[in-house]
Amino acid sequence: MKRLVCVLLLGLSLLGAGMWSSAATDNYVFAEVQQQVRFYALLGELRCVVCQNQTLADSNAPLAADLREEVYRLLGEGKTNAEITDYLVTRYGDFVLYNPPFKNTTYLLWLAPFFCLIIGAIIIVMVVRRQRRAL
Amino acid sequence: MFKTLKIYRLSIPLVVFLLLAVLLWQGLSNKPAELPSMLIGKPVPAFQLATLQSDTLVNQTIFHGQFSLLNVWATWCVACRVEHEFLTELAQQGVVIYGLNYRDHREAALVWLNDYGNPYQLNLFDAQGKTAIDFGVYGTPETYLVDPQGIIRYRHVGALDNTVWEQEFLPRMQVAL
Repeated sequence: MKRLVCVLLLGLSLLGAGMWSSAATDNYVFAEVQQQVRFYALLGELRCVVCQNQTLADSNAPLAADLREEVYRLLGEGKTNAEITDYLVTRYGDFVLYNPPFKNTTYLLWLAPFFCLIIGAIIIVMVVRRQRRAL
Repeated sequence: MFKTLKIYRLSIPLVVFLLLAVLLWQGLSNKPAELPSMLIGKPVPAFQLATLQSDTLVNQTIFHGQFSLLNVWATWCVACRVEHEFLTELAQQGVVIYGLNYRDHREAALVWLNDYGNPYQLNLFDAQGKTAIDFGVYGTPETYLVDPQGIIRYRHVGALDNTVWEQEFLPRMQVAL
């Protein structure tokens, strides 16, 4: 039990460490803390279209730097989060959103894991029942 | 009756395997890193840029009146050097090619064009890459096909070659005449 707790804590702390690292060494100045919070939240939701496994917050690609600049500029102009993500989606498509939107084209993507889980559970139940009957 | 049931149940894994095999086989020809352009069927985004040659500003009306290509390139881009010969061929055939010099230096770009030849009617100078963002540029080189009304018909990411030209660009240039 103690070992399990230690392993869990270690795992969680590593996960946490990963979340705080960021390659964005740019120094941005914000008028208010709220803007800064929104800025980094947005960067975490947007994909770097060059290094496509990274968010805009993490990527070192020049285009990522350019897009961070754009997000910063749009925030400064008073745009809402929706307007900023729209701005990027208009230019780069849904793929620029790190979380795929829930649309007709992505229902399968979002719901398939749940279906697989349900089917798996049903199969397990059926197999266990059959084994019990055999006993 | 029990025999057929057993065969039916035994064949389920086989069927599942075949379905997966088909899906994965199709997946081999997917190019997930490629983004389709959001601008297909839409007009060229409005811009005002200086050219490499002069500081006089040009805007999106340069695309009106004929089919043209917009080629996004830079001196630091190796693949651009590779596709350059093909672009020169196209220019010699009379294809109108405009360049978008992306995040580059004017002097370096002019020297490059001098050394390797200039297939471009003119080169938009996008030093900051801001106009490129409006186009949805994410990898250099990119080539856009623009029709006489200024509508974007196609975008190719990567070096342009004869195969892509014949399969993707030429067919789209026949349609509206």
